[in-house]
Amino acid sequence: MEHFTPISSLIGGIIIGLAASLMLFLNGRICGVSGIFGGLLHFKKGETLWRFSFVAGLICGGLLLLLYHPQSMAITIPYSGPTVMLAGLLVGIGTRMGSGCTSGHGICGVSRLAPRSLVATVVFLASGSVAAIAVSQFMGGQA
Amino acid sequence: MMAHVVTFVSGLLFALGLGISQMTQPQKITNFLNFTGDWDPSLLLVMVGATGIYFITHQLILRRPVPVMGIRFQLPTRREIDRPLIMGAVLFGIGWGMVGFCPGPALASIVTGNESVLIFVLAMGVGMYAFEVLDVRFSMEPDGGAGLLPRQSVGKT
Repeated sequence: MEHFTPISSLIGGIIIGLAASLMLFLNGRICGVSGIFGGLLHFKKGETLWRFSFVAGLICGGLLLLLYHPQSMAITIPYSGPTVMLAGLLVGIGTRMGSGCTSGHGICGVSRLAPRSLVATVVFLASGSVAAIAVSQFMGGQA
Repeated sequence: MMAHVVTFVSGLLFALGLGISQMTQPQKITNFLNFTGDWDPSLLLVMVGATGIYFITHQLILRRPVPVMGIRFQLPTRREIDRPLIMGAVLFGIGWGMVGFCPGPALASIVTGNESVLIFVLAMGVGMYAFEVLDVRFSMEPDGGAGLLPRQSVGKT
């Protein structure tokens, strides 16, 4: 894995921005992955199909990457099952409690200069840094 | 109907952006968040690219009275910085920083069949569902950063 990849990061970021723009342009909604996925966990008329389509697109995109850009999908996670499970739970609870994640708050909200999203983004970057440093310092990255 | 299906293209493009920028690699995330180590600023450039585009496009798009295929624009309207927002962001950040996964990349990587990815996505779904069940106010809370709930439009401004 290359360390710093400025060009591909910028290009990928622009594509993500375009994907979020397309959602707003066509469907009039914020492209927040946690909210879209979370809304799928209970059926509501008129609120399920578009969410399902988005998540299906996300997964099919992953499939295309696996086939044509496999190095981006060569995922190694050096953490134990319970650690991954705890992280998943925290992400699930936190994104619903805080009404968004890196996409809804970090990209759409920050671009719109929404005060709630600006605050949330600063907070999750800070707590994310603390967690990443703690895992690497105290558990040798092998939590 | 079309409005519901076009979101597929948005999801597909979103995943490709994540893959090209390698944000599907959890180590790229943790190497950014852990600035005490061998810092990798890639995530910052992804944010610059994505917010740069969306900052411009959303202003142009919102000049339209309605979206191309929807009845109206459904944007979060709340402005108050409350405890759930802060607490939620703290908890999300901890989970994100622990392993380097947030919802988008985790869902896009399901197809790898990687055991950790599957555990993460399952636990994330359980966490979301648990919060929804435990927090009765949930149905009243406009979804500030993300998808829309029916009462969104009456959110306090």
